[in-house]
Amino acid sequence: MLDSARQRVLWGIGILVVLLYALIPVLWIASLSVKPVDKLTDRKFFSGEISFDNYQSIFKDDTFIAALVNSIGIALIATLISIVLAAMAAYALSRLDFAGKTVILSGALAVAMFPPISIVGSLFDMWRSIGLYDTWAGLIIPYMTFTLPLAIYTLSAFFREIPWELEQAAQVDGATPFQAFRKVIVPLAAPGVFTASILVFIFAWNDFIFANTLTSTDNARTVPAALAFFTGGSQFEQPIGAISAAAVVVTIPIIVMVLIFQRRIVAGLTAGAVKG
Amino acid sequence: MEAASVPDAQVAPQAPKPAKGGATDRAKSERRLAYMLCAPAVIAMLIVTGYPIGYAFYLSLQKFDLRFPDEKEFVGLSNYGDVLSSSTWWSDVGTTLIITVASVSIELVLGMAIALVMHRAIFGRGAVRASVLIPYGIVTVVAAFAWRYAFDPTSGFVQGLPLISDTWAPFNERDSSLLVIILTEVWKTTPFMALLLLAGLALVPDELHEAAKVDGANAVQRFYRITLPLMKPAILVALLFRTLDAFRVFDTVFIQTAGANGTETVSILGYNVLINRVNLGLGSAISILIFIAVILIATFFVKVLGTSTAQQRGEA
Repeated sequence: MLDSARQRVLWGIGILVVLLYALIPVLWIASLSVKPVDKLTDRKFFSGEISFDNYQSIFKDDTFIAALVNSIGIALIATLISIVLAAMAAYALSRLDFAGKTVILSGALAVAMFPPISIVGSLFDMWRSIGLYDTWAGLIIPYMTFTLPLAIYTLSAFFREIPWELEQAAQVDGATPFQAFRKVIVPLAAPGVFTASILVFIFAWNDFIFANTLTSTDNARTVPAALAFFTGGSQFEQPIGAISAAAVVVTIPIIVMVLIFQRRIVAGLTAGAVKG
Repeated sequence: MEAASVPDAQVAPQAPKPAKGGATDRAKSERRLAYMLCAPAVIAMLIVTGYPIGYAFYLSLQKFDLRFPDEKEFVGLSNYGDVLSSSTWWSDVGTTLIITVASVSIELVLGMAIALVMHRAIFGRGAVRASVLIPYGIVTVVAAFAWRYAFDPTSGFVQGLPLISDTWAPFNERDSSLLVIILTEVWKTTPFMALLLLAGLALVPDELHEAAKVDGANAVQRFYRITLPLMKPAILVALLFRTLDAFRVFDTVFIQTAGANGTETVSILGYNVLINRVNLGLGSAISILIFIAVILIATFFVKVLGTSTAQQRGEA
């Protein structure tokens, strides 16, 4: 392709448009979060003055701190459980020969497309009667409906690319099966497992419908649900600033992960979706 | 889609195929190991979806309002009759379909444009990729708040823009509310569409484009005659994922309008009946109907998908 100046300008414009598209709402909520109270309604994209009052107020707010701890804990545990279960299944699906592979993969796909609203009612009723309502476990369990299929798909796509012969090669060279697994297979599988974990974590971190319906207090309410019920310091105060600050806080980890692992995330996303 | 996931077999060549009549011991033990490894994940998926959906179906056949738990009784399909004969249900289905069709078709066009920029970009590829992942990764509730505040007449920068009235209150009317909801959905999920389409674009061989160029085809002709037909399977997969996702739309509507002014979607209706009115019988009937709608949409796409991949194979 000819690298002419005109083409470069055109692509430059294209890239700029995409960047603006992606970043405007993020910059906007960040700008809102640092607006001083009297500038919140100035209707300017940036008001020129910066204040961190909103951040100070949310980090003094027990409800927000509790929600942040719940979000982190619940998303991490859900990720850990689903990655362990999915890694076992993905190993079998990508490496062993057995009947029913297609059934399991299409079953996982069906589960991934499951509408959460279809089960929140029965979970609400069941959880209240067995005491799982408003607990961490009460959210982690339904999170398996979307974390497990995602993890199974992403991990089997990654595991298919692993040159498993190396394990035998290592054993021929005198390594014990455990050594061969630890020194050869684990390092080869680690990047895929890591990528799948990031994707699953993002999904769990993002959930709103289960968190909204299956929790009611600081016990298990995660940040997205807490944001929706945030009332601010007084009933009559517009909590725009505080909500924006809280929104920025939950967005930062995602942006950091995305910036560091962008290449892997794209590979994981498309591997899981396209090869499925 | 099932067809595409079968090539596992070729990746596990070291496993000897069981001989006809009786499997070898090795194949048998391999199979046993495979089932043991898959069992926990499969059982977990069945428990977290199969059981609750079954229970939802059971509840949908009951008159069961948590405010009057003693009046619980079996009423057959009458809850379904109540839902299907109510105008609210049908207008909510209409709203959901408007949001779904509008957002998915805009996303397809925009996503294709972004995919082409990412595919052909001579520079700044990493920056584009990182920036489109941000809407994808951001919490939906956060995105919904960002756009709500952007269009809010007291705080919104949109109202501060020239040519737009300072007092414009989009959330007071149905059309403008739907517009903001659709905009939010499009912003949030176009990147996912773009990434799926980008993966599809990578499968279109460059030689075809070069050959067509030599034959005098211009860029537009090449896009419609070469790129699009070859990408059809990728496009259908992306459409399937996004349509099902859009049909379930909940977070954005809940945060931006909570269903006010005729913006109620079927998921919001289900939520209101189940959680706010704690009418578990009627609400479960809505849940089951949404579930059936999702199955119908999926079946439609898989049918179309199946025939299109079969056609492609026939042509190749």
